[in-house]
Amino acid sequence: MRMPKDAGDALDDEPVPATIEELQPLYRQMLAIRRMEEASAKAYSQGKIGGFLHLIIGQEAVCVGATAALRPDDYVVATYRDHGHAYAKGMTARSMLAELYGKKTGLVKGLGGSMHFFSREHNFLGGHGIVGGHVPIAAGAAFASKYRGDGRVTLCFFGEGASTIGGFAEGLALAGLWKLPVVLICENNQYSMGTPMYRSLAVEDVSMRALAHGMARDRFDGDDVLKVKQRIAIAVERARETNEPTLVEVVTYRFRGHSMSDPGLYRTKEEVEEWKRRDPLGRARSLLVELGAAEADLHALEDDVKAEIADAVGFAESSPVADEYLPYVIKE
Amino acid sequence: MPTMNIIEAVRDALRIEMRRDQRVVVLGEDVGKFGGVFRATSGLYDEFGADRVIDTPLAEAGIIGTAIGMALYGMRPVPEIQFGDFIFPAFDQIVNELAKFRYRSGGQYPCPVVIRTPVGGGIRGGHYHSQSPEALFIHTPGLKVVAPSNPYDAKGLLLACMRQNDPVLFMEPKRIYRASRGEVPEGEYTLEIGKAAVVREGTHCTLLAYSGMVSIAEEAAKKGEAEGVSIEVVDLRTLMPYDIDTILASVKKTGRCVVVHEAPRTCGFGAELIAAIQERAMDHLEAPILRVTGFDTPFPYTLEHEYLPNADRVLGTVRQTLEW
Repeated sequence: MRMPKDAGDALDDEPVPATIEELQPLYRQMLAIRRMEEASAKAYSQGKIGGFLHLIIGQEAVCVGATAALRPDDYVVATYRDHGHAYAKGMTARSMLAELYGKKTGLVKGLGGSMHFFSREHNFLGGHGIVGGHVPIAAGAAFASKYRGDGRVTLCFFGEGASTIGGFAEGLALAGLWKLPVVLICENNQYSMGTPMYRSLAVEDVSMRALAHGMARDRFDGDDVLKVKQRIAIAVERARETNEPTLVEVVTYRFRGHSMSDPGLYRTKEEVEEWKRRDPLGRARSLLVELGAAEADLHALEDDVKAEIADAVGFAESSPVADEYLPYVIKE
Repeated sequence: MPTMNIIEAVRDALRIEMRRDQRVVVLGEDVGKFGGVFRATSGLYDEFGADRVIDTPLAEAGIIGTAIGMALYGMRPVPEIQFGDFIFPAFDQIVNELAKFRYRSGGQYPCPVVIRTPVGGGIRGGHYHSQSPEALFIHTPGLKVVAPSNPYDAKGLLLACMRQNDPVLFMEPKRIYRASRGEVPEGEYTLEIGKAAVVREGTHCTLLAYSGMVSIAEEAAKKGEAEGVSIEVVDLRTLMPYDIDTILASVKKTGRCVVVHEAPRTCGFGAELIAAIQERAMDHLEAPILRVTGFDTPFPYTLEHEYLPNADRVLGTVRQTLEW
C-alpha cells in the first residue's frame, strides 16, 4: 500500500547525473569537515577540548548534500552531532574549533561547546543535546516562515534513535497537521549510540512514520553527496512551493564511535570496513577523477583544506578563554 | 473605569497586544472557537482568525516546542497550557530548551514565549487540576515567573510580559479567575516585572503571598486588625526575579515574617524566600520566619479545604511569631 508521493521501501542506490562543477565544491566541504573532525579528535585526546565530542566522520555526505539544496536564508536545526551541519551552513572552521576549545571567539562565545552551535547570521538554530527535543522547535520555525510568507524552508536533522521519543512524534504530528514547510531528515546511521536498529525499532524504515501524518516521504542511500542534494532538493521544493513537509530517511554510517569515549565494541571490524569501502569522500573523489578532474587540481584543493584547518586550530589555540556567562541567562 | 475579573483582564491584554502586534499569536488546546477551557481566549478566534488563534492537538511538548521555534524566528507566541498540571509533558521543552536559548546561543537568540497557565486549587479539581508547580520553574535559570493576584495586575503584567524578550511562565489563579473583580483601566498600561506591591500596611508582622493566597493573607490581616494585630501584606506578583528590596524593607520594618503559598511545603518557594531574608536581615528579625503552605501530599479532592491555607491558619501562625 502506498501513499501518493511515496518513494519509500526499497533502498535506492541508483547513481545520479554528476558534473565536476556541482561535485567539486561539495567534495571540498566534506573534506574540510573530516579534517576538522580529525583535528578535534586530536585536540580532545590532548585534553584541549572538554566534555563530549561526537564526530560525524563517515556521514558527511548527508549534511553537505542536504544543505547544498538550500537557499542561504533557509533554516537548519541539527542534533548534538552538529559540526558538519554548521560548516555546511557556512560557519567557519575557526569559529567552530574556537567553540570546541571554549574560547570567547567561538560561535556562542565558548558557552556551549560541541553540541550547542548556533549562528543567527546563518539561520542555524542549534545543535541540540536533547534527542528529539528540537523537532517541534523546527516545526515552530517552519510555522513562522509560513505565517510570514517569506518562502523559507527549515531542515531538521535527527537520528533514527530520536524516532521513538515524544518530541519527534509531536513535532511530526504538528508539521503534518499544519502543513509546515519543513524537511525532516533522519540521518539513519544504524546505531542509537550502541544499540542496533533491530533492538530499538519494530519497523526499521523510519520514513514509514510519514504515512500516519499524510506526509510525503523518501528514503535512499546517503553515501552519494550529489544524490542527497538532488533528492533533498525535491523535498525542499515541495516545502517551498506547497508548504508540505517531507520525512526523508538517509541511510548512512558513522566510522567512529558514538562519542570519543565509545570504542564501538558492539559492531565487528568487518562491518566497519565494509562501510568504509563506501566512504562518501572516497566515492566523490573517484567520481571527480572519472569525470575528468585533474589530479593536480584535487591536490591543490586538498592542500587548501589542510591549510584552512591548520589555521583554524591555531586560531582556536590562541584565542582568549571564555570568562563570563551571567549576561546570557535573562535580560533584566 | 470599567471593572473586570481576571479572565476578562487576561483576554483584554491578549486582544490589545494582538491588535497592536501582528507577531503575537495564541496557541493551545481548545483556544480557538471554544475560547479556552476557562474562556480566556473567548472571542479572539472571531476577531483574529484561525491563523493567529491556533487550536492544537493534545501535545504539550509540541505546543511549547513549536512556540519556541516561532519565537526564535521573531514571532511572539503566547501558548496556553490548559491546566498547570498539564505542563509536565512540556517540562523538557521548558527547562532544557526554552529557558536555555539565550544562554546557549551566546545571547544571539532570546526566546520571547509567554506561557499562560491556570494554577492552584479551590475548585475541587483534585490532584490533576489543582497543583501549584511554581517552584520547579523558579528553580530553572533563564525563566521569569509571574503570578498576579488580581485583574489590574494580571492585565498590566501580561502586557509587560508580551513586550519583553525573555521566556515567562505566567501563572493565573484559577480559583479567583472570576471571583476577583476590580477596576481595570481601558487600553494599554504595563506594570514592571520584578516589582512586589505592599497591598496593606502594618507594623507587627509581614505576610508574603502571591497568586490565590493574597486574598487569604488580606483576610487574615483584617481579622488580625480586629484583635489588635497589625499585619503588612506584600503581594510578590513576580516570583522570578523576586523583589528582594520590597521584601526586606517590609521585614526590617515589622521584624517578623510569615510566607503563605498553597504549593507543598518542602522545597516550596517559601524556603527560598526565608533563606534570602535571613541571609540579609538576620539582625532585624524578632522571631523565626514561618510558613503556611499546602502539605507534602498529592492535592486532595475531598479535603481541599484542609489542604489550602486559610485566614485562620495564617493568623494563627502570625501569632506564633508574635509570641516567640
